[in-house]
Amino acid sequence: MSMTVIEKIFARKAGVDTVSAGETVVVDVDMTVLIDLQFATMWLEPLRIHDPDKLAIVMDHAVPAPTIKDAAGGPHARKFAADFGIERFYDVGRHGICHQVIAENGLARPGEILACTDSHTCAAGAYNTAARGLGPAEVYSIMCTGSTWFQVAPTIRYQLEGVKPDTVSGKDIFLHIANEYGDAANLNLEFGGSGLASIPMHDRRTIATQGAEVSADFSTFEPDEVLTSFLDERGVTGYDIAAPDPDAAYREVRHVDLAALEPYVARPGTVSRNGLPVSQMGKQKIDQAFIGSCANGQLEDLEIAADVLRGKTVAAGVRLLVTPASQAVFREAMRLGYLQDIADAGAVITNSTCGACFGYHMGVVGPGEVCLTSSTRNFTGRMGSPEAQIFMASPATVAASAITGYITDARSVTR
Amino acid sequence: MTLGITGKVWVFGDDLNTDAMYPAFAMKMDPAEAARHIFYEVRPGWTDQVSAGDIVVAGKNFGLGSSRPVAALFTELGVAGLVAEEFNSLFFRNAVNAGLPAMTIPDATTIFSEGDIGAFDVSTGEWRNETTGASGSVPKLPDLILEIIASGGVLPRLAAQGYLPAELGDVLRSSTVAIRGAGSGA
Repeated sequence: MSMTVIEKIFARKAGVDTVSAGETVVVDVDMTVLIDLQFATMWLEPLRIHDPDKLAIVMDHAVPAPTIKDAAGGPHARKFAADFGIERFYDVGRHGICHQVIAENGLARPGEILACTDSHTCAAGAYNTAARGLGPAEVYSIMCTGSTWFQVAPTIRYQLEGVKPDTVSGKDIFLHIANEYGDAANLNLEFGGSGLASIPMHDRRTIATQGAEVSADFSTFEPDEVLTSFLDERGVTGYDIAAPDPDAAYREVRHVDLAALEPYVARPGTVSRNGLPVSQMGKQKIDQAFIGSCANGQLEDLEIAADVLRGKTVAAGVRLLVTPASQAVFREAMRLGYLQDIADAGAVITNSTCGACFGYHMGVVGPGEVCLTSSTRNFTGRMGSPEAQIFMASPATVAASAITGYITDARSVTR
Repeated sequence: MTLGITGKVWVFGDDLNTDAMYPAFAMKMDPAEAARHIFYEVRPGWTDQVSAGDIVVAGKNFGLGSSRPVAALFTELGVAGLVAEEFNSLFFRNAVNAGLPAMTIPDATTIFSEGDIGAFDVSTGEWRNETTGASGSVPKLPDLILEIIASGGVLPRLAAQGYLPAELGDVLRSSTVAIRGAGSGA
């Protein structure tokens, strides 16, 4: 029987011939990733775990520790890693936002299943991986048993066509889709089509990551040569891709003409049916601008920001925060001069962490403030005060807006 | 953990996300104190009104957002179960894994008004509004999900299976312990 990407991976990992929407399957999980927050309360150390080679620990959400509670979690994590011989332990200094670390270290592999305790784990769908965020108790359980269950949801297929303009990013594609089609609770998203070749890997990751904001289950890209070249360059080998069958059953197929897209912005509260082209945005002043997170703290995002900001100055009264997604991204952006250009323009560059996107430390917004963010969520209260407004756009739009002081189409800023 | 629950219902709207139920600043608090912040913005003071055994009924897309253990936080308040017209799947799983009965009823916020007494049995899919007499049923959950709820969540099962000390089995049925043992997500 014909299957979608997710159905094919589930069938493989459940040890059955076919899987279709509506079934419940029990699957083996190939890689499980724990994050720092799990260790910061009490942390019950297990008596045994499934396989230390299928486990990674990433310190990301609250590092360096902003509270004593978070600081107390560090020793728990270090002891656990040592006790069980977990080699993939990304402690502070070789850390990063887990989804960036997962990508950099080849932990997400095509055709495999990855579980992690962060809701943006769907990010790894960019690599043709069935990846999703699960609660801390469930991830703990998978760490012990090596398996979990899924109710197989119907899939929405996004058929990408045409060529993406250079001035349009993965963020813009996602914001367009979210505005046009709204939420996808209890549905999977699958991206593919002839236009996929024009979307670089970092943009695919932004799109896959944000499947969480439209409430989707899994958000997965079909494999292509852009992906396999990306993996070759990183020494990732021995995987078995999961391509969708041509006559796979979809709930709906939605066609997206990439060439017709332009930069988008989402208004505060939600990305679903709540956006508009930046070119149609009225003169909206901002107080804080942020570029970072698992969705938009990648090296290419910082390159785009540096290109917009080089030789310019952040507007008076605006603070621009830039957070590289990992220590590796930080170091490379420093070596390439991006961080110099960004800091010279007047931005604050922070250490790698979830930071302002998480609304927990480093850059929360106050009552009445307006933030334009290139991160994951614009929910009320997400980044601090519930009386702040959070607009969302691409790194180019955020950088251009930081210069002018109001939400600005980067195509109108001379470079 | 019982799969059948009866209690007073509180009715909420659509698109209630995890930042509205477990805001980041509350993650710095002990779970008991954090639980006092559920719906802090959408319905201030609700956590002082809700009583042990009450049931939360919500609309579409309930629980969009983070993996932080919000369902377990509801049990800190004594909430006996969650009903929604549509659950975000991560949020639904968090309820199951915390041993909190959760039922999807497509027109729940029409059937139930605030203060009604509702009876829900996730093992059969049957529901009844004891106040109005309305009743019906929804597809029953797969047995493997019912077993997790009946076990009091996923952590007590791990104790029974030898992954955690057996003597913790009973104490882990308390979400107030379980929420601390596995920590938080985001």
